Amino acid sequence: MAGRVEGKVAFITGAARGQGRSHAVRLAEEGADIIAVDVPGDYGTVSYPMGTQAELEQTAKAVEALDRRIVARAADIRDAAALKSVVDDGVAELGRLDIVCANAGICTVQSWDEVTSQVWQDTLDTNLTGMWNTCVAAIPHLIASGGGSIIATSSTAGIKGLPFLAPYVAAKHGVVGVARSLANELAQHHIRVNTVHPTGVETPMATGLGGLEPLLNRDPNLGPIFMNTYPVEMVDPVDISNAVLWLASDESRYVTGLELTVDAGNTIR
Amino acid sequence: MPGRVEGKVAFVTGAARGQGRSHAIRLAQEGADIIAVDLCRQIDTVPYGMSTPDDLAETVKEVEALDRRIVAHEADVRDGAALKAAVDDGVARLGRLDIVLGNAGIFSTANAHEMDEQTWRDMIDVNLTGVWQTCKAAIPHLLAHGDGGAIVLTSSTAGLKGFPGFAHYVSAKHGVVGLMRTLALELAPHRIRVNSVHPTTVDTDMVQNDTLYRLFNPDLPTRDAFREVSGEMQALPIPWVEPEDISNAILWLVSDDARYVTGVTLPVDAGFGVK
Repeated sequence: MAGRVEGKVAFITGAARGQGRSHAVRLAEEGADIIAVDVPGDYGTVSYPMGTQAELEQTAKAVEALDRRIVARAADIRDAAALKSVVDDGVAELGRLDIVCANAGICTVQSWDEVTSQVWQDTLDTNLTGMWNTCVAAIPHLIASGGGSIIATSSTAGIKGLPFLAPYVAAKHGVVGVARSLANELAQHHIRVNTVHPTGVETPMATGLGGLEPLLNRDPNLGPIFMNTYPVEMVDPVDISNAVLWLASDESRYVTGLELTVDAGNTIR
Repeated sequence: MPGRVEGKVAFVTGAARGQGRSHAIRLAQEGADIIAVDLCRQIDTVPYGMSTPDDLAETVKEVEALDRRIVAHEADVRDGAALKAAVDDGVARLGRLDIVLGNAGIFSTANAHEMDEQTWRDMIDVNLTGVWQTCKAAIPHLLAHGDGGAIVLTSSTAGLKGFPGFAHYVSAKHGVVGLMRTLALELAPHRIRVNSVHPTTVDTDMVQNDTLYRLFNPDLPTRDAFREVSGEMQALPIPWVEPEDISNAILWLVSDDARYVTGVTLPVDAGFGVK
């Protein structure tokens, strides 16, 4: 039986580990070839380490083990020219582009008065401008393919305000604005643009964050904002990948402009 | 390779034709057995021909052709006792229940201030109360095995936005969203997920008929003229979607691929909502 995205090519940012690697593997399992970027180098403002070259190579091995092709490169999504060159090279090698997963992102936790200019700038540059750069680098290739599917990773923080995450929340809300605009602008090219909104996902970013609990202890009213309705604390990367897979596949050929929560009911409480 | 809902049992209302039949077949293709109900009779305030016993028989035939089992009953979603009897019988024969699709619905048109009471009442009874009755009849069976389950209620773009000319339909479809959101909260502790789908125009008999053509194009009530206005409402350059597009959304929602997705209003609307 043909895979659900057989013969398509997917461009995935933040692919060294976490959700990005999971997306690469899940799409490859269903027949896609992959263009993967990650490894921006560490940020002085972020408390956990970024994806590494070795991790990106592991992603490449995992995709190749599925008999799919992958072009994996170190690149910083804040660098539009670098991103464009990776995508152009990837398309030259793999022949086309159909799917874009704008997944790369960072997160910091602090109260509003501890948000430095650098934290604000790094978060917006990466999570919002980086998502924009990803789309800009990829869209010409989607148009050339006669259509495609862009899936931007937002968050429950792209739907509601979360305390102690203001820069992250601002960027993730911004991602929704970009996606909605592009959904309208690109529909004529049969390009669909949707966002996914995970609750907490078991990844190095989420588990490496820390610092939230002491802040929440300051105001016990705030804790429930982070709680899910469904009886799980966190979801797994593959749960987001399965949503991405559906949005990337022709099964959702007429779905565009959607904010798809994979949030165990976090936003309906 | 096992199907994406292999070994599960799905209860589908409005299964005789249109989206309901498509859901039954798509889920059966992916390994589910089906409990199907439909009214198979006319409701006087509905201006197009409703489903018939032959339609339901055709759904049975098509599911059985996929080597899946199906228990089909003529039942009215407004009749809680009849629905309960149909579901109970289906579960007795097929062994369990995992998936519930509150799909049955009707359509009619009138300006709100000119609408007669029966037209309003039939719409709310079928499209909202009928969905609640569907859930009420089914939920005990989802609770019975403790493995959780997935409910998908068919709303509409008209469940998220107003339209002139069918206030009763818009009200019922908005009400379905409220029901969905509440059930998602009530049933989450039991690992039962509840979501709604919001189709734009789907190419079925409920939509493709003179009454609806006349609503959108009083001077030129034809399928071709409707194709134009319907297409203009959406972002993607298509006039309408097919039943299978809704079925594919539902298949994903009810499969374990979406095991942590609940409380979502999922549009399959070609960008109607974003436009």
